Parts: sequence; structure tokens; C-alpha cells
Amino acid sequence: MTDTAITVEGLRKRYGDTQAVDGVSFEVKHGEFYGILGPNGAGKTTTLEIIEGLREPDEGTARLLGEASWPRNPALLHRIGVQLQASAFFERLSAREQIHTFASLYGVPGDRADAMLETVGLNDKSGTRENKLSGGQAQRLSIACALVHDPELVFLDEPTTGLDPQARRNLWDLLRTINSEGRTVVLTTHYMDEAEILCDRVAVMDNGRILRVGTPAQLIEELGVRSLEDVFLQLTGREYRE
Amino acid sequence: MKSFISLSKAMALGLLRDRAAVFFMLVFPLMFLAMFGALFSNDSTPQSKVIQVGDVKVLDAMPDQQRAALRDVLKIEKTDGSPAARKEALEKVRKGDMDAAVFQQDKGGIELRYSAADSVRSGSVRGVVDSVVQQANQQATGQPPAYRLAPRQVEDESVKPIQFLTPGLLSWAVAMGGVFGSALNLVSWRKKRILRRLWLAPVSAGSVVGARVGVNLVLAFAQTAVFIGLATLPVYGLQLSGYWWLCLPLVACGTLAFMSIGLLIGSWAKTEEAANGLAQIIILPMAFLSGSFFPLDVAPDWVRSVSEFLPLTYLAEAMQSVLSRGESWGAVLPVMGGLLAFAAVLTLIASRLFRWDDA
Ligand SMILES: Nc1ncnc2c1ncn2[C@@H]1O[C@H](COP(=O)(O)OP(=O)(O)OP(=O)(O)O)[C@@H](O)[C@H]1O
Ligand SMILES: [Mg+2]
Repeated sequence: MTDTAITVEGLRKRYGDTQAVDGVSFEVKHGEFYGILGPNGAGKTTTLEIIEGLREPDEGTARLLGEASWPRNPALLHRIGVQLQASAFFERLSAREQIHTFASLYGVPGDRADAMLETVGLNDKSGTRENKLSGGQAQRLSIACALVHDPELVFLDEPTTGLDPQARRNLWDLLRTINSEGRTVVLTTHYMDEAEILCDRVAVMDNGRILRVGTPAQLIEELGVRSLEDVFLQLTGREYRE
Repeated sequence: MKSFISLSKAMALGLLRDRAAVFFMLVFPLMFLAMFGALFSNDSTPQSKVIQVGDVKVLDAMPDQQRAALRDVLKIEKTDGSPAARKEALEKVRKGDMDAAVFQQDKGGIELRYSAADSVRSGSVRGVVDSVVQQANQQATGQPPAYRLAPRQVEDESVKPIQFLTPGLLSWAVAMGGVFGSALNLVSWRKKRILRRLWLAPVSAGSVVGARVGVNLVLAFAQTAVFIGLATLPVYGLQLSGYWWLCLPLVACGTLAFMSIGLLIGSWAKTEEAANGLAQIIILPMAFLSGSFFPLDVAPDWVRSVSEFLPLTYLAEAMQSVLSRGESWGAVLPVMGGLLAFAAVLTLIASRLFRWDDA
């Protein structure tokens, strides 16, 4: 086995007039905690979804754990866990029923699902229907569903958006634990402090391209600024994004 | 297999918790059955009421067996033969309280007095009494009959309304369940992005589709059980024919055919509202034009031509054949084949239009 968990080469994806992803290549090593940063519309979600095998790239390839993720590869799907930017739940099912359904899709026993619910602090919301959960609770459930089958490779698209400070800290702990067990984690975030604390390496994206890759400390040093936030602003400018 | 079961469970729970869906798919058609059934149950068989003045040989001598057979169509009220009674009887006929009065004339002649005011009722009473007389004549010859005519009035040749309503409304209910079930489910799962999420889980498309079909089949069989259960209650009095159980494979094929319509709608429609509207536009006229609600015997020609293109027509017709007309495999096999072929073609088209997500 090579030491790269993810190999992405020359990804391009176009939506009508928008070149959402414009030649993205990078590698993520086994056990690495990798962050993708970028302003709104930079192409982070599109890139992740192509890598996960949810969308077909116009050009380029993504290999996960040595296997191509497109066309759909069910064997691979057992080994990856995905939290999509917009949560996706079964209609009218309770939190507990959601995670149990996902667990059984992956052949995971029910007590593991209950334990996961406990881990994200949703125990007392287990009987609550999906549409009655608060935004942050839904987000936590979505993360729990992504992690229920103990995947080797975890993709999280803005996992901490909408979480309260407690839940955010708890999720950080959870992700660090997972990562320290040797699992590879890829996440996108708009919180620079989070990226700085969690990520081994970050990639800064804009307009569908990767501008810079490196450890947070490296990037700060290279650009001679004080924080990752300054790195981000310097690389991507201060104007609003459409 | 495990994912098939858990998906089925998730779908079934989601469906059962959708009160509006349960109402429209299960309760609504039943309301129609209860309503129509009650509406038609009174004059379901237009019974002729005849007042018999004094002795009338043919009527008095009717064998019990024949009397029993005629009970639904002919009710005889006997009075004494006095002139007063006769006058009163004619008055009742004139007022429409009774359909006809019968007296014995000399030499075997029988006089039947009816009112011209209601030609339908007078026609049917003439028909039924005439048949009684014919039969008596034939028996009087002592010969075995050369020709045999069933002693029933023409109206009774048509199916009793409940015999017609149950198969028709059941077919309609199955059609609604199939179309709405798959169309709304598909659209809302797409909108809720659960389809994309499932794409990233190790489940086959077969499990997802299979689970949905399974849930719809169970729903359709539940509808069938409730419908037949209700219609066979004495109040409604559905008489099931010997091959009624053939309605089960028929219901299954019908479900597949109508689910394929729903699949097509769901693949095309972007919102639940659009799917719902389109499904209504397809199902409601189809229900009327296919003769699920009332027979098309008296419908204009164009309606009957249109109905020949509607799958519901064939489903309802075949359903009626096995539920009330006592027909067997011969009546259902071609229809089942047709419905399955229809389902295959539409599913193929739908798969071309299918989208995993809104993007
Ligand atoms: N399904 C789609 N159809 C058309 N255009 C799309 C679609 N998805 C994304 N885009 C466009 O592609 C570009 C990149 O979108 P993407 O969702 O990848 O951005 P992002 O970096 O995840 O942004 P955010 O931080 O807001 O989540 C945007 O300009 C967006 O408008
Ligand atoms: Mg995004």
C-alpha cells in the first residue's frame, strides 16, 4: 500500500458558464488531517463531491485508497464516510431511526449506532423527527451518520457550521480522536482557527484552483503574516464573492 | 438484503407518518366506496312492486324456488279480490306507490295495469311479469322447454352497483397509490438529497427501487384487503366470485404499471407540488374516462375510444371479471402482460429522465 490515501489529478468541472473546478490536483497522505479553505463559491464542495464519487468530473481523476471513485464503486463506499454540506435525511424519521437505517446500510450493529448518537450528544433527541431538529443538531446527526461505520477516510463539508461553541469543541475532540486512530480526514471550513488547530496541511482554493498548499505554520511563515486568516485574506483578496 | 429491509422500513415509516398520504391513498378511496355504495344500495336493483288483486293463478302457483329467485326484482303484495280493493290498487298504481296491479281475467288471461307516467318502471314490471307468465305457459305444456329464458328483468343483467364499484374503485385506489407513492417519494427524496446520500452508501439501486416497490405492493394489498372486507359486509353485499383471489396478481401488476407512471412524473418534476399536480391531472380524468367510477355503456363514443388507451380501463375491467363475473386466468393474463409491458416501457423512459439531484 502506498502512503497516499487520496490522489487527485487535474480535476475540472463546468456548470454552464461557471468553471467550478479548474484543474485541481493534490495528494492526501494516510492518517493526514487535510483542510480545504476558500471563499464562498471557490469550488470546495464541488471538488469534494467529485472526489467522493458523487459527481462525474469533466476531466481528471480521483483515486481513494488506490481505487478510482468514479464510476460508483460500492466496495470503496464501505471505507469512506461522507457528511454533505446540506444534510440529507430520510423523511419523517427520528434521529435514532435515521442513524439506525444508515448503520444497517453499512452492516453496522444497532448498538454502535446508539453509541454514535451518544458521542455527538443527541441522546435526548433520539426520538425527535428530522424536521424538528435544530440546525446544529441536524448537523451533528449528519456527522454521526457519516462516522457510524468507522470509515478509513472521512469527508466533512463544513462540519462545524451552525454548531454552538460546546458542540464545536466536542466535534474537534471527536475528529482528533478519529484522526489519531489513523483515519484520514478531509474537511472544508470557513473557520481559520479551526483549520489552524486541526489540520496537518491546508489547501487554499479560489476560482476553482488551488492557490497554495502547506502546513498552517508554513503558510504563515511564507507569507510573513500573523495568522492563517491573514494568509487566507492575502491569497484570496478582500472582495466579496458571488 | 439487510439494506433492502432497512430501506423498506424507512420508507414505510415515512409513508405511514404522512397523514395526508395515508388519507389520500387509503381512506379517500374507501370514502368513495362507502359513499357510492350507500348511494346505490337502495335502488341497486330496481325492484318492481306489484299489487295482486285476488287470486292470480300463475303467480300463486309459482314454485318457491322461482319465487326466491325473483325476490330481488319482484315484490308481490296480495289483496283480496273485491272491487274496492281493485279500485284502491289502481289508485296506488296511478299515484306511483306501486308499479303495477295484476288481476286474473277469465280463461287464463292476466291483466296487468301499469302507469304510463314512468316508462322505465312500467317497462321493467311488464318485462318481469311477462317472463313469469311465459315460464308458466311453458310449464303448462308439460314439455321440456325448447328455449330457455332466465326469469330476470333486463336491468338485472347489468352488474349490481357494488359488484361494479368495488373493482373500479379498488383499481383507482391502487392506481393512486402507485402513482403518488412513487412520484412524491422520488421528488421529495431528491429534494431532501437523501438520494445523493444513498448514492454514497454501499446500496444498490436495485435495493432502493425494490424497497419502494415492496412498500407499494404491501400498501396495495392492504388496500385490497380493506376494500374487499368492507364491500363484502352485508350492508354493501358484494358477492365475490370463485376466482376473486386472481385480483392479487392483478393488483401487483397494476401497482407496477402505475408506479412506472409515478416514476416518470417523479423523474421529470422538480417540486412536490409539480409532481402532485401532474399526478392529479393524470389520475383523475383517467378514473372517470376508464369507467372506474361508473360504467361506460352509456358514455359517448369518444370517451370509449379514449378509454381504450388507458391502463386503468384494463385493470378495472379485469378486476371486475375476477371479482364479480367469475372469470378466470383467461381474463387476467393478457391484462397482466399488458400492464407489465406498459410498466417496462415507462420505466425505461423514466430512467432516461432520471436525475439524482436537482443540479
Ligand atoms: N449544481 C450546480 N449547478 C450549477 N452551478 C453550480 C452547481 N454547484 C455549484 N455551482 C457553482 O460552482 C461554483 C462552486 O461551487 P461550490 O459549491 O463548489 O463552492 P464552495 O467552495 O463549496 O462554496 P461555499 O463555501 O459557499 O460552500 C459556484 O460558483 C457555484 O455557483
Ligand atoms: Mg461548499
